[in-house]
Amino acid sequence: MKEDRFYSRSYSRQQKTVNIVIQIVLLVLGIIWILPLMWIILTSFRAEPGSYTSYFWPKGFTLDNYTRLLFEDQQFKFSQWFLNTFIVAVVSCIGSTFIVLAVSYALSRLRFKMRKPMMNIALILGMFPGFMSMVAIYYILKGLGLTENPLVCLTLVYISGSGLTYYIAKGFFDTIPKSLDESAYLDGATRSQVFFKITVPLSKPIIVYTVLTTFMAPWVDYIFPSMICGANYDSYTVALGMFKMLEREFIGAYYTQFAAGAVLVSIPIGALFIVMQKYYVGGVTGGAVKG
Amino acid sequence: MTRIDYFVLPWYKKVLFRVTEFFKALGMGIAHFFMSIPGALAKFFKKIGGGFAWLGRTFVHGGILTKLSYIVMGAGSLFRGQIIKGLMYLAAEVAYFGFMIDTGFGFLAGLRNLGTVQRGWHFDESLGIDVLQDGDNSMLILLYGIFALFITVVFLFLWVQSIHSADTAERLKKAGKKLPGFVDDIKSLLDEQFHKTLLFIPVTGVVVFTIVPLVYMISLAFTNYDKDHQVPANLFTWIGLDNFKVILGSDSTIGHTFWPVLAWTLVWAVFATFLNYLLGIILAMLINKKGIRFKAFYRTLFVLAIAVPQFVSLLVMKNVLAEAGPVNVLLQELGWISSPLPFFTDPTWARVTVIIVDLWIGIPYTMLIVSGILMNIPEDLYEAARIDGASPFVMFTKITMPYVLFVTTPYLITQLVGNINNFNVIYFLTGGTPATLDYYQAGKTDLLVTWLYKLTVNSRDYSYAATIGILVFIICSLLSLITFRRSASYKNEEAFQ
Repeated sequence: MKEDRFYSRSYSRQQKTVNIVIQIVLLVLGIIWILPLMWIILTSFRAEPGSYTSYFWPKGFTLDNYTRLLFEDQQFKFSQWFLNTFIVAVVSCIGSTFIVLAVSYALSRLRFKMRKPMMNIALILGMFPGFMSMVAIYYILKGLGLTENPLVCLTLVYISGSGLTYYIAKGFFDTIPKSLDESAYLDGATRSQVFFKITVPLSKPIIVYTVLTTFMAPWVDYIFPSMICGANYDSYTVALGMFKMLEREFIGAYYTQFAAGAVLVSIPIGALFIVMQKYYVGGVTGGAVKG
Repeated sequence: MTRIDYFVLPWYKKVLFRVTEFFKALGMGIAHFFMSIPGALAKFFKKIGGGFAWLGRTFVHGGILTKLSYIVMGAGSLFRGQIIKGLMYLAAEVAYFGFMIDTGFGFLAGLRNLGTVQRGWHFDESLGIDVLQDGDNSMLILLYGIFALFITVVFLFLWVQSIHSADTAERLKKAGKKLPGFVDDIKSLLDEQFHKTLLFIPVTGVVVFTIVPLVYMISLAFTNYDKDHQVPANLFTWIGLDNFKVILGSDSTIGHTFWPVLAWTLVWAVFATFLNYLLGIILAMLINKKGIRFKAFYRTLFVLAIAVPQFVSLLVMKNVLAEAGPVNVLLQELGWISSPLPFFTDPTWARVTVIIVDLWIGIPYTMLIVSGILMNIPEDLYEAARIDGASPFVMFTKITMPYVLFVTTPYLITQLVGNINNFNVIYFLTGGTPATLDYYQAGKTDLLVTWLYKLTVNSRDYSYAATIGILVFIICSLLSLITFRRSASYKNEEAFQ
């Protein structure tokens, strides 16, 4: 008995040292992970211009970088880009959410002949490198007479592309008990009634997830806007414009403003990501547990 | 080999056994895939044959109105009282033939050789001088041709539908039942046919903005649309499989570029995926360990790093690690190094750097996903192991890893494919640099996808870009197929363990 207690005490002491070591490791790792972000935030408030400094802590702090970024528009029109991206994001997130819901519901709850072939085709399409077809998309949009208006093009392509991103929402619909639908059919409900009156009200989490992800996409997409917008500064999105700021001829003068822009974009997107992360985790692993 | 035989093996033979099993499964996977192709093809053609047989049977047995529907779409519906439906079919037919006779047949004919008239100076008799005359634009001819092909496919689909509807109407009439009117059809679109309503817009969008462009790009792989055949000044035409020969062969710089870039792409994908995975699991276990304080704080710290949009964090990393960036400056000030570290300028350094930066971005994701799974592992498993005297390492390999692996295998596969196609990390960090003269249009850190991008945007070698796109597709689909087979055989293997 005595020996037992002695053992457990030494065991717990040993555990304590292990835990302290782990705490320290985690702290160091955490600092490594957060340091680049701290650096960009400090840079955004830095009074001295230039892309590199030989010191970490700025010599002077200022809000100039933010005010100049937002209100000066001879060279770069950040507020215009921000507005552009916001409009594209809002419209495409509304459209995409409807499409994702429709596709995933049809593929999950309805049974029809083309269901399996359609899912296979979507799988195959997903394996081609995404921008392989972008040149062709550009000419199709040109044929439709839309390239004068890059923002419309972007919105259209984001919405139409969302039809292939149904996996997570479908996985969610698969978990809603089928008996709910069946009892409604017995009461004489049509399939559309079941969709609108039973499934959609039950799907709040997945609707939130879809809205958030589709809203975030235009903010972080770079390749497609760069293909569509060309030299048309007025219709740039933030990702495109900020990449431009780092080009050789601008980086010296605009680096601190780039940092300010990075902070401004990261705050809303980061906040949305943090809200969304628990849905993300459930979505990625949810399908696997059942399969 | 039975279960007992396996357990009495020394550890290195166990490893050997596992490795041979893995490669056996891999070979079986590939063999199985290729053996299943003829069967699938046969099934496909049988289905098509069945369709034609049905068309013939319906024509022979159908009444006069059904027979008429083969030529005049909608006749079978129109004269049996389904007026709106019949008129819609008829309108579709008129519109299709109007379009085809007006321009469509010309588009289709253009597909044969993608234009014949070269742009050049031609003598204009009325002016008496040479004028620059526009030639054919092969690119637009190809695009319009594919467009016309798709319209034709849609039309054929509608044609079959109209015959089907005529046939159904005839049967219903014979059985003395009432035919569904237009209102009934609309109603059924909200009920039995609800999937058509739901899928119409999404499918149209995907066809127009994904499938048609893809078909166009795929067909470019069989043309010579490279930088020497740029439209509108030049024509390009079909050249069969020559692009594949050039890229896969080793006679040209492009061939000399493809294999090393492919090798680096695979090395990158494997390291980026599995290191991320392993280290992410370890991080999650450290954070979730019993007795660790401030769990939420640490988790938030790591999540913050990935909450920032990727292009921002990657561009920041690029600057942090640049030759005159903070890291080099700091190390030089401390006197640890005399000249800046070549993070992005030396090929080997650059390759290691992109993998490490990818870890910085990827580990928190894995941590996030694995945290939830770790909490689901029943605690009594560990307790039982502890009582049996298992060390933490044994518990990790025998309990944690199998459990996590089981749940996250699909995630792992998508990650692997995603990393092969990982454009962002390479493009924003190095842009493919350091450049090299050994490669055609690619740098030492370029993946196949970023090379594809450069071929499209910088040198306009569309045909090569399209060929590489197809090769990437083949690699990705083979990988997913094999891993899928592998995981299926893995389940069978468990029976013997």
